[in-house]
Amino acid sequence: MAKIVVDVMLKPEILDPQGNAVASALPRLGFTFATSVRQGKRFEIEIQGEPTAAQLAEVEKAAEVLLSNPVIENYVVRVEK
Amino acid sequence: MRVGVITFPGTLDDRDAARAVVVGGAQAVSLWHGDADLKGVDAVVLPGGFSYGDYLRCGAISRFAPVMQLVIEAANKGMPVLGICNGFQVLCESHLLPGALTRNSDLHFLCRDQEIEVVNNQTPWTNSFKQGEKIVIPLKNGEGSFQCDDQTLAMLESKGRVIARYVGENPNGSRNLIAGISNAQGNVVGLMPHPEHAINELTGPSSQGLGFFTSILHAMVK
Repeated sequence: MAKIVVDVMLKPEILDPQGNAVASALPRLGFTFATSVRQGKRFEIEIQGEPTAAQLAEVEKAAEVLLSNPVIENYVVRVEK
Repeated sequence: MRVGVITFPGTLDDRDAARAVVVGGAQAVSLWHGDADLKGVDAVVLPGGFSYGDYLRCGAISRFAPVMQLVIEAANKGMPVLGICNGFQVLCESHLLPGALTRNSDLHFLCRDQEIEVVNNQTPWTNSFKQGEKIVIPLKNGEGSFQCDDQTLAMLESKGRVIARYVGENPNGSRNLIAGISNAQGNVVGLMPHPEHAINELTGPSSQGLGFFTSILHAMVK
């Protein structure tokens, strides 16, 4: 069994009000390390056996068509060991 | 004149939309998300709500509903389609309209009476209004901030494809105060605020929302 991870993030130029809210909550709790926070989505997809190049290409396609909205989001597909 | 109103699981405003269609003078035809038939309608309204629970992204799952494949095909052939609120989000996810609707800039779900200006009265959904007419209809959404890249924004503005703008302070962070846009042909219109909740002063802030539903009748009988 292998796990394919798709990380979806808002494009840098798109306003992220949720990330901003987290960024302003951190210092209130005494965490002063952050200069900015962006919030995204992570999909964990399990498959049987090691992923083939064809399967990864299918996941890429699904990430583009369904998991992300290319108008506002970028995605990265990777295999987690 | 038959106007379809689509119900997805989680749609809220289909009954008000159907009633607005009827008060506007057309026949309302209920369509179900799983339908593989548009039942011969002349136009379609995608009402507001939380289709498929807004899972993944607002409108992202609805786009792949069986009935939407028919709506997309018909819209590309010129059938008038109005997407209100969640319906607007579905139209963007379906790529019938450019851009995307994102979380309100202040993160709050807004529910209030909102003044908007109709800035293009040449579409089948806005021809009952005067150019520049200001109307008050409810705005109620959490993800109503219209976003697109600079190039798309410039194109929408230069082609007159912004059909309505918020008046006064920007309620949700939408670029250029955009409350509604159309496709290149003008037959597909997306609108964030809710005209179907403003067709009678007894139950809404005005009856000015009715103009969207009388417009479609005018457009079809022309």
